[in-house]
Amino acid sequence: MPKNYFMGKNLKITINGATVEVAKGASILDAAGQAGVIIPTLCYHKDLCVAGNCRVCVVELVGQKRLSPACATPCEEGMEVLTNTLKVRNSRKHIIELLLSEHNADCTSCYKNGKCELQSLASEYKIMNQDFINLIPFHNYTIDMFSPSIIKDDSKCIRCQRCVRTCAELQGVNALTMSYKGEHAKITTFFEKAMNDVVCTNCGQCINHCPTGALVEKNYIEEVWNAIADKTKHVVVQTAPSVRVGLGEELGFEPGERVTGKMVSALKRLGFDAVMDTDFTADLTIMEEGTELLTRLKKALVDKDPNIKLPMTTSCSPGWIKFIEHMYPEYLGNLSSCKSPQQMFGALVKTYYAKARNLDPANIISVSIMPCTAKKFEANRPEMHDSGYRDVDLVLTTRELAIMIKQAGIDFLKLEDSHYDRLMGESTGAGVIFGATGGVMEAALRTAYELVTGREVPFENLNINPVRGIEGIREATIKIENTLKEWSFLEGVELKCAIAHGLANAKIVMDEIKSGKANYHFIEFMACPGGCLGGGGQPLPTSPEIRARRAAAIYAEDAGMPLRKSHLNPEVVKIYKDFLVKPCGEMSHKLLHTKYTPRKRR
Amino acid sequence: MSTNYQLKRADFIFKNENDWEEVLSKSISRPPQELINELISSELKGRGGAGFPTGLKWKVSSEVKSDVKYVICNADEGEPGTFKDREILSMVPFKVLTAIAICGYVIGAKEGFIYLRGEYNFLRPELLKAINEFEYYCKEIKLDFSIKIFMGSGAYICGEETALFESMEGKRGEPRNKPPYPTLSGYMGKPTVINNVETLAHTYTIFKYGSKRFYDLGVQYSRGSKLFSVSGDTPKPGIYELELGMSLSDFVEEFGDDDTKAVQVGGASGFLVPRKRFSETNIGFQGKLVGISLPTGGSMMLFNSSRSMYNVLDNYLNFFAEESCGQCTPCRVGCQQLLKGIKAVKRGEKNAQYLDKMLKLAETMQVTAKCGLGQSVGNSFSSIVENFREEMIY
Repeated sequence: MPKNYFMGKNLKITINGATVEVAKGASILDAAGQAGVIIPTLCYHKDLCVAGNCRVCVVELVGQKRLSPACATPCEEGMEVLTNTLKVRNSRKHIIELLLSEHNADCTSCYKNGKCELQSLASEYKIMNQDFINLIPFHNYTIDMFSPSIIKDDSKCIRCQRCVRTCAELQGVNALTMSYKGEHAKITTFFEKAMNDVVCTNCGQCINHCPTGALVEKNYIEEVWNAIADKTKHVVVQTAPSVRVGLGEELGFEPGERVTGKMVSALKRLGFDAVMDTDFTADLTIMEEGTELLTRLKKALVDKDPNIKLPMTTSCSPGWIKFIEHMYPEYLGNLSSCKSPQQMFGALVKTYYAKARNLDPANIISVSIMPCTAKKFEANRPEMHDSGYRDVDLVLTTRELAIMIKQAGIDFLKLEDSHYDRLMGESTGAGVIFGATGGVMEAALRTAYELVTGREVPFENLNINPVRGIEGIREATIKIENTLKEWSFLEGVELKCAIAHGLANAKIVMDEIKSGKANYHFIEFMACPGGCLGGGGQPLPTSPEIRARRAAAIYAEDAGMPLRKSHLNPEVVKIYKDFLVKPCGEMSHKLLHTKYTPRKRR
Repeated sequence: MSTNYQLKRADFIFKNENDWEEVLSKSISRPPQELINELISSELKGRGGAGFPTGLKWKVSSEVKSDVKYVICNADEGEPGTFKDREILSMVPFKVLTAIAICGYVIGAKEGFIYLRGEYNFLRPELLKAINEFEYYCKEIKLDFSIKIFMGSGAYICGEETALFESMEGKRGEPRNKPPYPTLSGYMGKPTVINNVETLAHTYTIFKYGSKRFYDLGVQYSRGSKLFSVSGDTPKPGIYELELGMSLSDFVEEFGDDDTKAVQVGGASGFLVPRKRFSETNIGFQGKLVGISLPTGGSMMLFNSSRSMYNVLDNYLNFFAEESCGQCTPCRVGCQQLLKGIKAVKRGEKNAQYLDKMLKLAETMQVTAKCGLGQSVGNSFSSIVENFREEMIY
């Protein structure tokens, strides 16, 4: 349906007696939002299609015996809606009671305690005495803890299917589905295997959309506390670009607040021995990946090497990596061989950093704070031991870090700002924008264009706006002109780029490549909607508006940085001088590049 | 056999007239609007149990603009105690096929489907033969229409029209949100008329004899005849075509075993009527008739005094707890609560007042469940618990 189909066609309804004018096609829930009437919801989520199955949002329509779900009922001219009648309240209360009777309401020992949407509804409706029969003992529920990223506890599931819709609509993975019927209905994986054994990318979007504690990240908080308390260990922490624009939400700030300095102070107070920045290795990734791209282009365009795979795609997002390994294993050669910034950092901490600080790498524990649950899986990959040790020992999500800060009794709002520690703590604006969809592309273009032409990218203030935005798939073409002599083979080449975020969009782009319809040179893929800032480890709730505010914060952070291009990062310059020698050199290949594993589709 | 026999038998559906070719070719030579008007003036209502006016359904679908439309014959006869559609499809398949094609002609559909219940697989070979012969004739009279059989897999919920579409589309059989209704967006998102087997068979009668013959049967708001699947404690179980509007006491007089304690009208999702209410209960669609009117998809189960109504209810609730699709909260959890609740009361784990809490829950299920399944669980539950409360407790 064309976007402007409803324009100018408004209709009037009344909600609790007050008239509201809404666009045709709006649901009662939309209208209520407009009228300032709050209707409780559970299965409804702004990111997902309407299911209308929890029935918590039922409202009364004058003249109808049955109640209607506000989320799934379109407004009709003259409709009279009542949201607060005895019938509505009693029905909602019944439904919440029913949900509680099939939910393992063991709130005090639940990881989601205080963050659970069912819990807050129960509290709102003051369900004081649970008369209904507890249905938990009648079911043989299991807790799936095999995945290094995700814990799935069926006893806490309320069958709202938000996870199912997330996995299907946003990610196109369909790892989770509804199976059985009636009293046996539950959310399962393929043949009820463990999440670890099915086609699951560990992206954690199901966690982000689960209203209860049925899907949560596997947390490593105690392990990190133990490491910090161990005096024989040197605990290093790195923080991903998008953590700084999300963390504040968990600690009293509005979405979109940048808390970089406070976060560094908090990490120091928690007792980490060194607080450094994943942005540094993001800049390093640009050096490596940019060089790799230019090398591939040269081999393809000049040497006509048939073994060179184009388009080259980014490899920063571990959810995307696992996705392509399962779904398009024949395209693994198109992936950049660069490790993700997290893993580059891990490999360098136990080599470069250890050497510089004169530490025994065996005594270093490397912790990372990530917006992501797939990073937990990534750190666990057997190939990620290039330093001779496990490169990244423990991965925490933004949410887990917030829990630690609260546990430590730190009043985050009152914290002073601090700076990252030296050696691997310096970054540029290019590293920061890795957190937003299109950011890796923009950062790469800033450096690659300049490398090839000796001039800055021809965009005002270095803001390459064509690659920014929220559309699921974006394309941009940049013409390379007046190259430096050694890059003359690129003269006049139109560099075709594409950006996709959300694996469902990645699937569309990959299918286009497979069918030969698309002929890009370079593609940025991010598993999560909005890129890392919408990652599976970011604060809850998530919505398109919240992600837009985080994105604005990321670009504001970039704009405020003195350095905006990865190759100008003085610590990057230093590491090539002192340690790595040159991008894509021998040392880089040992520590910063990796291989991928073809996996089955089932 | 009772002496004061009051039941009016009818004999339309199973009358083997073998004139379907004539009915088909005559009907499609009439303008669609005329056929719709014929249906509307017959006041035929859906025979699956819900009782939506058939003429209106066809009219709405015929008015929607779409290149592709569908006609679906709902043969997922799953209501416990109903077995009439099976007989129609095995005895007079051509009446149904003809009606499907006429409907296609009226609304502008070129494809029809029979959604056949999984357990009726044995009907398939004969039905396919009939379809072959039927399509051959369609080609002869240059009617571009084909009919396919789609086999269900045994889920009760797939008899719900939108769950049936989902099932046909290869998805999990879960009811959709309404609106949009099937007449606007049904199978594959296209305008679809979905009718029960028996409804279609009645349209055959109407197109053949004219609406008046049909309208003259039955009573106000409940016109025409209807097939009844009579089962339970009766000396003569079977399928009977009777005029609508009869009183339940007449029915029991005819089919009871002189010890009838209660009749379940409309299957597990219908209402239980105790003996004391037989005389004030009529069988037909709700309207302004005196007394109670109970609609039915045809299932009439008689229970005599040897039956425990607790066991009956337990059986129904087990069925619903199993056959709910599990999608919406009131139905999925509500059915389990009702089932476990009556057991707990029976065992003395919950006191008798818990039945009142469950009656309230049943009310909530009626007004909040997503589809007809969840909405109607309360029918049998409330009517059984209210009328046989002592049997639930002791």
